[in-house]
Amino acid sequence: MQYLWRTPGSRTAPEEASPIGTPPLEIRGLTVAYHRRPVLWNVDYAAPSGGLIAVVGPNGAGKSTLIKACLGLVPSVSGTVEVFGRPIAKQRRLIGYVPQRESVDWDFPVSALDVVAMGRYGKIGWFRPVTRAHKEAALHALERVGMADFARRQIGQLSGGQQQRVFLARALAQEAQLYFMDEPFAGVDAATERAVLQVLRDLDAAGRTVICVHHDLQTVSDYFDHALLLNTRVVAQGPVARVMTPDLLSRTYGGRPMPAPAALGALGAEAS
Amino acid sequence: MIDPLFEEALRILTFQSGFNSAVVVAGTAALGLAGGTVGTFLLLRRRALVSDALSHATLPGIAVAFLVGAALGLPERSLPLLLAGAVASGVVGLLTVQALSRFTRLTEDSAIGAVLSVFFGLGVVLLSVIQNLELGGQAGLKTFILGQTAAMAQGEAIAIGLLAAGAALAVALLFKELRVLAFDPGFAAVQGWPVGALDLVLMGLATLVTVIGLQTVGLILVVALLIIPPAAARFWTDRLPALTLIAAVIGALSGWLGATLSALLPKLPAGAVIVLVAGGFFLLSFLFAPARGLVAAALRQGRLRLTFAERRALTDLLDGRPVQGAAALWLRLRGYVRDDVRKGGALTPAGQAAARAAARDRRLWERFLADYPALLPAHANWGVDPIDSVLPGDMVRLLEERSAPS
Amino acid sequence: MMPDVQEFLQIDAPALLAAVLACAACALVGNFLVLRRQGMMGDAVSHAILPGIVGGFLVAGTRETLPMMLGALAAAALAGLLIEVVRRLGRLESGAAMGVVFTVMFAAGVVMIEQASAAGVDLDADCVLYGQLETILWLAPKGWASLANPAVWAALPREVLTLAAVFALCVALVGLFYKELKITTFDPALASTLGIPAGLFHYGVVLLVAATAIAAFEAVGSILVIAMLIAPPAAARLLTDRLAAQILLSVALGVLAALVGYGAAAFGPMLLGVSHSLNAAGMIAVASGLILALAVLFGPRHGLLGRRRAVGRLRAAPGFVAPEAQKP
Ligand SMILES: Nc1ncnc2c1ncn2[C@@H]1O[C@H](COP(=O)(O)OP(=O)(O)O)[C@@H](O)[C@H]1O
Ligand SMILES: [Mg+2]
Repeated sequence: MQYLWRTPGSRTAPEEASPIGTPPLEIRGLTVAYHRRPVLWNVDYAAPSGGLIAVVGPNGAGKSTLIKACLGLVPSVSGTVEVFGRPIAKQRRLIGYVPQRESVDWDFPVSALDVVAMGRYGKIGWFRPVTRAHKEAALHALERVGMADFARRQIGQLSGGQQQRVFLARALAQEAQLYFMDEPFAGVDAATERAVLQVLRDLDAAGRTVICVHHDLQTVSDYFDHALLLNTRVVAQGPVARVMTPDLLSRTYGGRPMPAPAALGALGAEAS
Repeated sequence: MIDPLFEEALRILTFQSGFNSAVVVAGTAALGLAGGTVGTFLLLRRRALVSDALSHATLPGIAVAFLVGAALGLPERSLPLLLAGAVASGVVGLLTVQALSRFTRLTEDSAIGAVLSVFFGLGVVLLSVIQNLELGGQAGLKTFILGQTAAMAQGEAIAIGLLAAGAALAVALLFKELRVLAFDPGFAAVQGWPVGALDLVLMGLATLVTVIGLQTVGLILVVALLIIPPAAARFWTDRLPALTLIAAVIGALSGWLGATLSALLPKLPAGAVIVLVAGGFFLLSFLFAPARGLVAAALRQGRLRLTFAERRALTDLLDGRPVQGAAALWLRLRGYVRDDVRKGGALTPAGQAAARAAARDRRLWERFLADYPALLPAHANWGVDPIDSVLPGDMVRLLEERSAPS
Repeated sequence: MMPDVQEFLQIDAPALLAAVLACAACALVGNFLVLRRQGMMGDAVSHAILPGIVGGFLVAGTRETLPMMLGALAAAALAGLLIEVVRRLGRLESGAAMGVVFTVMFAAGVVMIEQASAAGVDLDADCVLYGQLETILWLAPKGWASLANPAVWAALPREVLTLAAVFALCVALVGLFYKELKITTFDPALASTLGIPAGLFHYGVVLLVAATAIAAFEAVGSILVIAMLIAPPAAARLLTDRLAAQILLSVALGVLAALVGYGAAAFGPMLLGVSHSLNAAGMIAVASGLILALAVLFGPRHGLLGRRRAVGRLRAAPGFVAPEAQKP
């Protein structure tokens, strides 16, 4: 029994229900507003199947909000999100999520292995315990991020980079088809950066799609195949070679120097 | 002919029904006022429930003070002594909460829960000792738990009123400092404000309000005086001076009305009634305050979704795509599509105009977003409100030119 | 000076059993309050049930337990819901939201009691606040030998049976939903993306706490129940870094608090040569507080003294540069 409690009628395994060729993620006309101020405006996006996709944009561009809206964690004002051709609620098992780091209680009494095993809960389902096979899968995932030696450590006793690797291992253990990661490279040391990158490449090689918020413009072209330039709206999307151009980037980060009427200054406009 | 009960109520409310009840009502109102002002900063400092630990922690102090009084042979129930005991053990409880949440991995909520219940337990044990000793005047101790205005003597009421007024005054004098403390203690510390001392002052004021509220409201409910008025005021404004003022007014009104009601009607314990009146203010604010109230927010959110759905439907029709279901029905209600066309609908002249306006707004906002992402108005609801009402005319004309289909 | 056996079995044994079961059940569910940073939810719920108890009493017109319990459960559910509504829709910090809801509900209960007593109904706030551990009697056993008789066990007082049932329910639910409780507590966002209803588990925990508190408050009162919910799990939290160990340890510490507290209240004064006994529920709260204090001071890794020793050992190690022990 899986955690598909929202849709008791759906008996078919989601994998079977996703015909080849439907994009892993398709967003149509997505607008999200906090209070009455839009932070995402009319976003249309269809992710290519397989490959590493970077979401790039300045602070406050709505990158995290985009991911949360895709996952159904924040409500949208209008628009639809589909994963492999169906609404997200029916496709939970296909989705992995690595949140921005600060979002959990690091003092919680769980070991690194426990955290990784949580990625398997979707597969385990109600009432059944975490069996040895699942623990081994979790340990294997830890090995792949080079953290097997720390499996028994309480999660708060790891360094920031190590914690990040544990969260990646958890995503690996989920064995999802489509991954959302919010700044997995933020504030990590060089070793962790290499480990994260290795995981991304492994996932890519296994044919998974990874959508990854990324803040370091220098490395986008090296690490990723596709990019989505976002600043409230979609500025550009496509293969990195095509969209990581100075022109498109400067439009994403602050806009072309357009002549603006002087009166706009009196409007309380915010500069970013 | 006026109802005699109503007349009596009017007399008490206007302080004309005997000096004693006037003093009690005024003292209680002052208590509410002090609770509202001090509580505002506790709320902003996220310390609302710390005062709950404080008030429960007063019980063992009261019991010990009673025992000391009895041992010294003081006349029964000497109020200053009991309140001194309350302050002492309340402060110990407070310090324990702070020490637990600062020096151990326990979070503040656990620290508060543990302290309030363990201290209360100790108080209960001590009360059972007092009961066993069969000392005189111990019945009065129970009033500290649930409170009793009727027990208030004139002098006590005056003292409560003066102390409460003093607490409110202290908040007024330290307003600037407390504001910095509540908003950004880290910044305040870097700027050289004595953050620790200010925190102590704030907790000291909370202790004062709690202890003088013990008799009236009781130690279980006194926390409500510090929490409910500011929480209710929060729905009316985002500005701190206004917030403090509204909280003070709500607190004073609750004390005033509550004390009156309880004096007027039999079997209405003052503490509980004051809390219920404050709860009534909270409910009204929560539902109907225009700034952050529920109804206003729901209307805003609903309107927003509706606006977007309507615009989408209109532009769809304009582009020749059919619109069905609830959206079609809505457009028909608005008179934007003709009733006689069953499916898809054809735009009426008004519908044509609205659809064109929606399409233009969207086109211009998109242009603006593309060309001037850094200039998004911080406070206006860009993209939602009509562009002409947000951006200056020459800007709109510029965007018109640039987005004109070539 | 030992009390005679029959007196012990009839008066102390049922009270002890009730205290032990109450403490064990409270400690078990209290773990999830402590970990969810919802410690004050126990406070809120145990106050907010008052109008439900009085309402159940007034509706049924008797001191029957069932209507009061149902009323209390309904009130607790309402409180949990209102707190969430105020917190989310009102955008208030959860402490403030709880403070508003539980004080208003408690005040409503106080007014209801006063009005009811005006109508000649006898119900008093004291038993709600302090509980009545001392009045739980088990008249069946006449001596150790009579314990072999099943009929004697069948005559266990209702409070004890209720508490045993609630404890069993807690064990069963925590056992069944262990991993879901763990993940929704640790990372609700991940839980939702996996399709585990984190919100439902929040209410589930609140309701389970309410059921436990309601069963326990008859014995120990509504405020002291908070000590049993919070202090043992908090102490266990300082003694271990593993969830399962923490849960087991907290139950053990709860039982210990019950035994020590009851023993001190019932037999302590006797040892001092005084014939009266002290309030047992209060003493159990004090005992659990002492256990927490000991854990705070002497916990091996997270205790204040223990931590200092560990830091001292590290400092003594050659070439060590100390990062100050920090609290996240
Ligand atoms: N919960 C929230 N309430 C109100 N505004 C929010 C909330 N979360 C984010 N925002 C606002 O939405 C915008 C986008 O935020 P976010 O998606 O976190 O940006 P990014 O991840 O690209 O830096 C920011 O302006 C931020 O202030
Ligand atoms: Mg972000």
